Amino acid sequence: MYHVNKQGYYGEFGGAYIPEMLYPNVEKLRQEYLKIMGEESFIKQFNQLLKDYVGRPSPLYFAKGLSKKHGTKVYLKREDLNHTGAHKINNTIGQILLAKRLGKTRIIAETGAGQHGVATATVCALADIQCVVYMGEIDIQRQAPNVARMKMLGAEVRPALSGSRTLKDATNEAIRDWINNPVDTHYIIGSAIGPHPYPDMVTRFQSVISEEIKWQLQEKEGRDYPDYVVACIGGGSNAAGTYYHFLDNEKVNIIAVEAAGKGIQSGESAATSQLGKEGIIHGCKTLLMQTQDGQITEPYSISAGLDYPGVGPMHAHLYRSKRGTFYSATDEQAMKAGLELCKTEGIIPAIESSHALAIFEHTTFKEDDIVVISLSGRGDKDLDTYIRYFDL
Amino acid sequence: MNRINRKLEASNKLLSIYFTAGYPDLENTVPIIEQLEKSGVDMLEIGLPFSDPLADGPTIQASSTKALKNGMSSEKLFEQLKNIRKTVEIPLIIMGYFNPILQYGVEKFCQKCQEIGIDGLIIPDLPVDVYHQEYQEVFEKYNLINIFLITPQTSKERIELIDSVSKGFIYMVSSASVTGAKNTFGDAQTDYFKKVEAMNLKAPQIVGFGISNKETFESATEYTKGAIIGSAFIKVVTEKGISGIDPFVKSILS
Repeated sequence: MYHVNKQGYYGEFGGAYIPEMLYPNVEKLRQEYLKIMGEESFIKQFNQLLKDYVGRPSPLYFAKGLSKKHGTKVYLKREDLNHTGAHKINNTIGQILLAKRLGKTRIIAETGAGQHGVATATVCALADIQCVVYMGEIDIQRQAPNVARMKMLGAEVRPALSGSRTLKDATNEAIRDWINNPVDTHYIIGSAIGPHPYPDMVTRFQSVISEEIKWQLQEKEGRDYPDYVVACIGGGSNAAGTYYHFLDNEKVNIIAVEAAGKGIQSGESAATSQLGKEGIIHGCKTLLMQTQDGQITEPYSISAGLDYPGVGPMHAHLYRSKRGTFYSATDEQAMKAGLELCKTEGIIPAIESSHALAIFEHTTFKEDDIVVISLSGRGDKDLDTYIRYFDL
Repeated sequence: MNRINRKLEASNKLLSIYFTAGYPDLENTVPIIEQLEKSGVDMLEIGLPFSDPLADGPTIQASSTKALKNGMSSEKLFEQLKNIRKTVEIPLIIMGYFNPILQYGVEKFCQKCQEIGIDGLIIPDLPVDVYHQEYQEVFEKYNLINIFLITPQTSKERIELIDSVSKGFIYMVSSASVTGAKNTFGDAQTDYFKKVEAMNLKAPQIVGFGISNKETFESATEYTKGAIIGSAFIKVVTEKGISGIDPFVKSILS
């Protein structure tokens, strides 16, 4: 009911609204992805790399300090401990193996903050395959360390000079590149967005997160599901992976935290479920922020990984069907929650993940509730922002 | 009979021009249309600008951004074109991305097009399958022809499917690329034109993407019904304004 249907839709959201130039590639992917992902040799290679290269399983850590402070049982799913520092690598490992099996010799990707770009450059180095990453010119200036990382890993970073010169435009440029290079190139989309089958494919690669949560909770709590799963949502790939195996278990409450930026009504926000309307962005029908005339608008969040004007179609459906409860955290609430995690648990989170941690500002849990929060990434990349924000 | 069909029946080597509405200045839309007809162009694609034109290269992306900044919108375009059929005879097609049309309301958009005298639509990100299932009825209710694209990568089966749904012409994208001018066509393009010509499709083909001058126009129309010039024309109006239109069209048609 909450999974993708045969036509590529989650309820009324999803589909593949693509120019004809992209049709052969997307159609080929649609026909092949489940078949390839089901092959024994693929599964073996994927799991091996997740274990030996990424460092999975990522721990499910009982956060004693946070639990005490908020009067409930809080577990953190430590995606921040993955190689390259976030959940993004789960998807890029999967897609690079898939691209090789499709006979592709060149990889392109888009990136906002640079996390998905680094994760893509990493797997391309690993697989010895050419890599071009599109990044908005403004983001290139804001995220110099990640640009350097990608270059060290052998990727070419191409600036997106059009439009607002941020993530949305980097995605446009990557799509244009794919139109211009339809035969040899695979496009590794970094979030649970884009035309079908991308949202489902990315979600499946990320679903290892909830798969591990199930057996880890069984070990720690004697049952294989929590009362709540909480994740931050930009495009929504870490959230999709965190929810995946609990979507049909109605005992599990699904909580999403979007970036409210400077406040939902401030005009500087990325809370798509609140501010978005149904429309088409980057090949799928979903909720997106736009003008009355249907022009896509520029979102804002202190966290570069959450400022995408759309949201994955699965999440639009979770929102519309009320299966998920959507909150939004302001910059201030997220930064405060991030700092709280540093002080109480000794973990510096990515600012994206800090939005999920800000859930305690919005709701309370019962003492014996089991609350699993996806700690999707580590905060090293955000030090500059933390330094400026807290005047450290 | 729709003006597009009449034109396709009446002539060969059609020259069609794409331009972005509201560019270079907001009020240039109607004067550009009138001048293009006067100069002898057979058909026009009026570009409804979009913030994120995925299938377009830098020239049209830039003209779209400028047009939006100038204040162009669906509402504005319809207002500008209100009386266009008092002065202009040739087929007029609106080319735009799907989201602005969806927000305007697909039926309301089609109804407005019919009122004004628009003959067809080209919506690159509305795939033939979705059109066929969800929108064909409403397009036809308002006597609008929807134009589909094919590319060198489109399979024979899919070209046949597109041909079966096409009521006007097929927009043949010359090569695997976004829009933007090229100076010549290579053997690969010519082979592709010939291959499609040999399929004897019901709908005539008009070539677009990469047509920029007399040479590319001539080689494209050797095997097809006509050709569309977009980016190269935008460059002309960018550099020379409306006075540059007539010499440019003459240089193609002479």
